[in-house]
Amino acid sequence: MRIVDHPVLGKEENVPEVTIYFNGRPLAAQEGEPVAAALMAHGIRVFRRTRKRREVRGVFCAIGRCTDCAMTVDGVPGVRTCITPVRDGITVESDAGGEGEHP
Amino acid sequence: MITSLGPRRHISRPPVPVDVAVVGAGPAGLAAAVECARLGARPVVFDENLRPGGQLFKQIHKFFGSKEHKAGTRGFDIGSTLLEDARTAGVDVHLSATVLGVYPERVLSVIECDSHRLYKARCVILATGATENALSFPGWTLPGVMGAGAAQTMINVNRVLPGRRVVMVGTGNVGLIVSYQLLQAGADVACLVEAAPNIGGYGVHAAKVRRAGVPIYLSHSVKEAQGSDEVERVVLIGLSPDWRPVPGTEFRVEADTICLAVGLTPLTELAQILGCEMTYMPSLGGHVPLHDDNMETSVDGVYVAGDIAGVEEASSAMEEGRLAGVSAAESLGLCDEGAAEARRWEIRARLDALRTGPFGGGRRSDRQSLVEKGRRQA
Repeated sequence: MRIVDHPVLGKEENVPEVTIYFNGRPLAAQEGEPVAAALMAHGIRVFRRTRKRREVRGVFCAIGRCTDCAMTVDGVPGVRTCITPVRDGITVESDAGGEGEHP
Repeated sequence: MITSLGPRRHISRPPVPVDVAVVGAGPAGLAAAVECARLGARPVVFDENLRPGGQLFKQIHKFFGSKEHKAGTRGFDIGSTLLEDARTAGVDVHLSATVLGVYPERVLSVIECDSHRLYKARCVILATGATENALSFPGWTLPGVMGAGAAQTMINVNRVLPGRRVVMVGTGNVGLIVSYQLLQAGADVACLVEAAPNIGGYGVHAAKVRRAGVPIYLSHSVKEAQGSDEVERVVLIGLSPDWRPVPGTEFRVEADTICLAVGLTPLTELAQILGCEMTYMPSLGGHVPLHDDNMETSVDGVYVAGDIAGVEEASSAMEEGRLAGVSAAESLGLCDEGAAEARRWEIRARLDALRTGPFGGGRRSDRQSLVEKGRRQA
């Protein structure tokens, strides 16, 4: 859910849109925003499952410290999606049980 | 620009020499860089984030304090001024640059723009900040449980709501302010929960939340977060005067988000790698590097400023940054001791003014005892 109007920050500026692919699903995102924010804007909070216990994980710290939001971005595993900006056409994969998945 | 945790290319390039390496482009780091640049140094600031300013651009509320501490000014405006100062002073800020470690002789190992580089610094100023504490309870790893600062980043920087209905855990200033900011952003705040029998933060912030009709449950904690793949509801429980959960007092709150505002811990890894003497001070957030009143640690040429030296707030972080900046410039021979001390005198007077009142007074004595400890060890 995007915050379009805000009492202090005002109306959202016009940011160019790009498309990202989350587990194959195309999603509109705003250029330069973190991948994690783009997913959350679509109400997506479950990012991945842990390899051993299959527990769900999502955004926890949002400043690149905890690595809970790490996923495979454009084929690179273990990318902290909260501090990685979207670019047009990038792929983001949960990697459930896949090789190179963040533990 | 993607930084992975995977293997890297072999390190071959020789270290790039720099006057002053500043780690962290938040209020402390930027203020330090501006101060020493104005005295003639050429500082390089490293920050792993996409944007500079640290947490300042998340602070959409007006700051307290005196006029010279920008009271009445919103955090993001203070951040914009600081960035403008940095540009004018010619400060070189490297973003998406993660400082992985430090080798002997103050050689920094940095990953930036997906490649690895070394920098050999004559002085290092660590302004790495702090990280939010977690609180564990059954269900605490469910998506929807997050730091209050994480929610603040989402709403005020990314302009995205992390959920519809929030339970805030903790009533310090972070818990109170972020609750109000969640309301401003259009979320519903179900309640605030506080383990202590009293509200932790300033009355003005608590009053804003109460005026909005949000209940604050004192002497309560989270028993459990429930939900299959995300938070769907929260079970709260009353605590006895000796902090024990009281069986039978449980009740459910419908909410999809739990924000944790239960304190911050200084990010001291680099100080520890550098061999800085550390001490444990719970009131300052945990393990902190010993330092003198010029902000120099036990390691020559290594300074600290801001939350790494003990968790406080942005105004004092900037003053500490300025202290470290002057001291670094002095050690490089860019100003004489008299001029440096005169400048530090001004800054320390402003720091003392910030550390007064019911909250600041305790911090002032804590920081003094930290400096005293450093003196005894020296």
